[in-house]
Amino acid sequence: MENTTHPDPDVALATSGPTTTAADTFAARRRSPVQRVQHLLHSHPAISPLLVLVASWLVFSQLNSRFASAGSLSLVLQQAAVIAALAVGQTLIILTAGIDLSCGAIAILAMLVGAKMSAEHGVPGPLAVVIALAVGLLAGMANGLLVTRLKLPPFIVTLGTLSVFTALGLLYTKGQAVQAIDMPDFMTWTGTVIKLGDFVITYGVVMAVVLYVVMAFVLGQTRWGRHVYAVGNDAEAARLAGISVSRVLVSVYAVAGLIYGLTAWIQIGRADAASPNAITDGNLETITAVVIGGTSLFGGRGALVGTALGALIVYFFRSGLSLAGVDDQYRILAIGVLVIAAVAVDQWIRKVRA
Amino acid sequence: MTSNQSAGGQPVLSARGLVKTFGRVVGLDGVDLDLYPGEVLAIIGDNGAGKSTLIKCATGAMIPDAGEILLDGQHVSFKRPQDAKQAGIETVYQTLAVAPALDIASNLFLGRERRRPGPLGSVLRVLDHKGMRTDAAKAMSDLGIGTLQNMGQAVETLSGGQRQAVAVARAAAFATKLIVLDEPTAALGVRETNQVLSMIERVRENGMPVILISHNMPNVFQVADRIQIQRLGRSAGVVTPTSHTMNEVVAIMTGATTLEETPGQVASAT
Repeated sequence: MENTTHPDPDVALATSGPTTTAADTFAARRRSPVQRVQHLLHSHPAISPLLVLVASWLVFSQLNSRFASAGSLSLVLQQAAVIAALAVGQTLIILTAGIDLSCGAIAILAMLVGAKMSAEHGVPGPLAVVIALAVGLLAGMANGLLVTRLKLPPFIVTLGTLSVFTALGLLYTKGQAVQAIDMPDFMTWTGTVIKLGDFVITYGVVMAVVLYVVMAFVLGQTRWGRHVYAVGNDAEAARLAGISVSRVLVSVYAVAGLIYGLTAWIQIGRADAASPNAITDGNLETITAVVIGGTSLFGGRGALVGTALGALIVYFFRSGLSLAGVDDQYRILAIGVLVIAAVAVDQWIRKVRA
Repeated sequence: MTSNQSAGGQPVLSARGLVKTFGRVVGLDGVDLDLYPGEVLAIIGDNGAGKSTLIKCATGAMIPDAGEILLDGQHVSFKRPQDAKQAGIETVYQTLAVAPALDIASNLFLGRERRRPGPLGSVLRVLDHKGMRTDAAKAMSDLGIGTLQNMGQAVETLSGGQRQAVAVARAAAFATKLIVLDEPTAALGVRETNQVLSMIERVRENGMPVILISHNMPNVFQVADRIQIQRLGRSAGVVTPTSHTMNEVVAIMTGATTLEETPGQVASAT
C-alpha cells in the first residue's frame, strides 16, 4: 500500500508565508472593540443581564434610597421567588428550542388539586404536596408526549394545554380559591419566615435558590444536561450522535412540570391561599425572565444564572419604579423594551465568527 | 473483474447482493462491497447511482430488502445507526453532524460523555470535563490538527474545514472497525479539502479502513486505494487509481463505456 505524502495539514492551514494575500491580512486583523464585546457575550451570555441588574440597582437606589433597604429587597426576593422558580422549567424547555405557554396553568392546576385534596378530602399536607408535584409532572409529561409523538410545535401544544389545564383547574374547584385556614399547615410551610438581620425571607425563597443551584449543576455537569443543550442546538446532530431526542424532550417537559408543581407549593405559602387567579401570567413572565436572562429562543444557548438575573431585573423594575412614584405603565413599557433588546443582542452574538 | 486485492486478508466489511427498493424505484440492485483492512475504498457514482443507499444499508441508517452484510466475517443486521456504531462503524455525515453551540470536546464526546471517576461520577453523575478536553486535544492532534488549541471553543466559531475535522476526529476516536465518510469535502474550499484528505490518510496510517463516498474525482484519486464505481443501482466495477485514469473512470461511471471494454492497465497489487 502506498502512502503518498500530501501537504501537511499544518502547512496547508498556515496563513502566513511569502505570499501573504489581502484576505490573510484581513483574517489576521485585530478584533475591533465591538467584536471583542461580541465574543465576550458569546462565551458569557449572562454578562448583559448582570450589567442591566447592576445598572438598575444603581439608578433605582438613587431615585429612592428605600429601594436598597433590607425590607424592600426582601419583598423583591419574595415576589421574584415564584416566577423565578417557575422560570427554571421554562428555561429547560426554551433550551430545547421549545416554549411553554402552559407553565402557569400547570402550576395553578397542581396548586388547586393539592389544596383542595388537603382542604376537603382530609389528605395530609405532605401527601397533598406530593400529589401537586405528581400533577405537575404528569401535565408536563403530557406536553412532552404531544410534542414528540404527534410532532406538533411546542407553541401549539402548550397553547392548547394552557386552555385545557386552566379549565381543568377551574372545573375541579368550581372557580373557588382555597384559603390557608382550610388547609393543613404543611401546605403553607413555604411561607415560613426566616429573619437574617434586617432581611426577611421565606422557605419558599430558599427553595427557589436551592432549585437554581441543583438544576444549574444538573445542566452543566451531567450527561442529561449536555444532551438538553445538544438537542436544542441541533436535534439532527444529537440524533446522529446516538442521543434519543424524544426521550430527552419528554424528560425535559416532565422535569419542567415537576418544577411547576414545586412552584405551586411556593405560591401557596406566598399567597396564603390557592387561588385560580394567581400566576395566570406565569407563562409570559417566565418567558420574559428567560429572554432577558440571555437564553436564546432558538435553543441550545443560555444558562439558569441568566434566568435568575432576568427574574430579578423584572422585580427590580417593579419595585424601583413604583418606589420612584412612576406610573406602572412605564414599568410595563420598560420591560417590553428590555425583552426586545435582549433578543436583538442574542441575534447579534449568534453571528459570532472565528 | 480486474479489482486487485489491495491489502489482502479477510475483508473488514463485506456486503453481498444488497437490494433496496423504494416503491418501484430500485435503489440497489444486488450490490457487493468489500472493504479490506487498512485501505481507503472510494465509492463513486452519479446522483441516484446508489452510493448513499449502499452506505446507509451498511451503517444501519436503512435496512436492505435482501442481501447480507458481514463484519469481520460475522453476519450482522443493523436495525438502527446505533447498532452499527456499537459494532464499531463510525459515520461522518455530509451535513456536518456537529452541534454548533457546543464546544469541540462536547461535540467529540456527544452521546458518549464520560463521568468523573469515584463517587463524584457514580453518585453525583458529574462529567469529566477536563479529561474529555485532554482526550479531545489528543484525538485532534492524532489527525494532525494541531492548530486548534482550545477544546472549550464553540464549534460555530470554527471554519467549515475545522468543523469537518472535529467530525472526522470523533469518528476516528470511537471507530473500532471502520469509518465511513459521506461526501466529507463537498462543502469545503480547496485548502480545507486538502486538510480533510490528509486526515483521511492519517486515519489509514493509524490502521483504520475508510469508506469514502465522493464524486470529486481528483480527491478520490488522491487518497483512494481502490474505487468502486456505482451505476444505476449496480456496481459497475472496482478499479484502482493506477489501473485507470480519471477519464476512464468517469466514462464507466456515466455509462459511456464499461469495465469490460476498458480493462485499463493490468492491475498491480499496490
